[in-house]
Amino acid sequence: MTNSFPDLEEAQVILITGSNTTEQHPIIATRLIKLQDKGAKIIVIDPRYTQIAQIADIYLRQKPGTDLAWFNGLMHVILRDNLANQDFIKERTEGFEELKAKVADYTPERVEEITGIPAEKLVEVAHLYAKAERSAIFYCMGITQHTTGVQHVWQCANLAMLTGHIGRPGTGVNPLRGQNNVQGACDMGGLPNVFPAYQPVTKDDAREKFQQAWGVEKLPAEVGMTIMEMMHGLENGKVKAMWVMGENPSLSDPDINHVNKALQAAEFLIVQDVFLSETAQLAHVVLPAASYAEKDGTFSNTERRVQRVRKAIEPLYGSKSDMEIICLVARKMGARGFDFETPQQVMAEINQLTPSYGGITYERLEELGALIWPCPNGEHPGTPFLHKDKFARGLGLFHAIDHQPPAEEPDEEYPFILTTGRIMFHYHTGTMTRRIEKLDREVPTCVIEINPADASRIGLNGKNKVRLQSRRGELIAEAKTTERVDPGVVFMPFHFVEAAANILTNPALDPVAKIPEYKVCAVRVELAE
Amino acid sequence: MEYKNVLTTCPFCGTGCGFFLQVLDGKIVGVLPDKKHPVSQGSLCVKGWNAHGFIYHEDRLKSPLIRRNGKLVEASWDEAIELVATRLGEIKAKHGPDSIALLASAKATNEENYLFQKFGRAVIGTNNIDHCARL
Repeated sequence: MTNSFPDLEEAQVILITGSNTTEQHPIIATRLIKLQDKGAKIIVIDPRYTQIAQIADIYLRQKPGTDLAWFNGLMHVILRDNLANQDFIKERTEGFEELKAKVADYTPERVEEITGIPAEKLVEVAHLYAKAERSAIFYCMGITQHTTGVQHVWQCANLAMLTGHIGRPGTGVNPLRGQNNVQGACDMGGLPNVFPAYQPVTKDDAREKFQQAWGVEKLPAEVGMTIMEMMHGLENGKVKAMWVMGENPSLSDPDINHVNKALQAAEFLIVQDVFLSETAQLAHVVLPAASYAEKDGTFSNTERRVQRVRKAIEPLYGSKSDMEIICLVARKMGARGFDFETPQQVMAEINQLTPSYGGITYERLEELGALIWPCPNGEHPGTPFLHKDKFARGLGLFHAIDHQPPAEEPDEEYPFILTTGRIMFHYHTGTMTRRIEKLDREVPTCVIEINPADASRIGLNGKNKVRLQSRRGELIAEAKTTERVDPGVVFMPFHFVEAAANILTNPALDPVAKIPEYKVCAVRVELAE
Repeated sequence: MEYKNVLTTCPFCGTGCGFFLQVLDGKIVGVLPDKKHPVSQGSLCVKGWNAHGFIYHEDRLKSPLIRRNGKLVEASWDEAIELVATRLGEIKAKHGPDSIALLASAKATNEENYLFQKFGRAVIGTNNIDHCARL
């Protein structure tokens, strides 16, 4: 997030898109609803009529995969009606003329044709967002899990810069991160192209710095593989061994029939987890890991807030923390620099090599509770909101982007759009939550959502099982009828191995971020019996 | 009877709510929200309230497992670590560092992710490191 919750209390307009906030980030939704009680307006733009959509002051429903168009439509209206922040554009941005030319074609009427959003509603939202003194955008995977995911994020930035709703309290572009420490895993260099703090592996000075610090002669200079590339690598024999620490690609990745073939092709697969996950069942070696309650450390949340994880009990059942396991293997391989006894000692090394975490020490976390990065030194108070006087690159760059359809659109053979996501009671592949009795009791298995009109068309009357087929595979699941989805759209959560949504999903990727298009693929829906 | 509250951070979504794990005689028995927490302000969602519910589940792995004759069988830590280190070393020597890939974790701590990518880059010598940030 560019901003953090305390300063976002000042927002007057909250634009939420691609986020099922009350189910996926319930405590953030609670905070936003409290702001609404105090007078802030909530706009929701989402293909599903979720609970937050029902609470919203204005709700717009777009067809899945048409987001680039409504962003352009909003900017068209903002420019047409002279609601842009000309001072901000002049002083802080570049590329404005290209953007202006691009959005000129996106009249509300044309956008209505593409997206299904009524023209007058689009105008109303453009005015509400642009005219407020402080407007904040919140988005989640509904925006990013597309082949145009990066462009969607650029559009969020375009909209914020066009109106100057960034770099101040109560504004900004605020992605809600799905996993407790996905922010931290990225910050720490758990990515193929960067060292900790996003220092590129391709840059000589970055490599030299880490070579010196880690006492190695030469670090690899070429960008590595992303998950999907690793899976292809396993299949074509380029990748022989894989070590998976606490992830479950066997259920979470797109087109899992293909992923499982790839994992089975591994010459040597190591999986380290708390439970025997679907991925662990395919491993050659399984290493039992301690849970969060059995170790010390830090997590970085969606605001970039670094907080302590504290050990409540010793590791159970002979398990070991991920830290201990990594150090044991590294030392066994004769490596130096893995003699840590506590996570605090590791953090001291992180402080030295990670500028944004330079001042985030355990001592300070104990004293202050949390610090929001960038926090470059021991005196720095942290940075609750970014881009105050300038952007990381200097001037903010507008990107002029045309509407592009998703990689797979419905046709006669596969006439429905499938969009996937999560539900309130479960978390990711369900490894933990499906083993929590109270959560399992609430929702014990997968239920897909289908519009009543479609349900009666396929003859779903009283019978509750449907067969979903895509070009990748098929499955059978329970269905319930609901107006939450439009006719022509079905929704399905991906937590459940017995009806694994990712059998169906399309592995088409965004070319930059390599994120799969989970939010749109084409399926056929029929009665199962 | 010995009782303590241990302040920690929720392991589920990216909101980063704070809660206390309630520890009675060395066993975690429940979760209490942290009223002073800057993010969660004393609230928790249904997942947070139940975040202790899987810790003692009977399905917890109780020993390292090694695949022998197609089946995963129990092994000691020494054996498992030895096997991992040997096989990774052999595969690196035979096929080069880029024949090895590592999936870090959005569930693990910062310190663990730091060490894992350090291991991949400095010990194996590959940048084939990713995690499920996109999923």
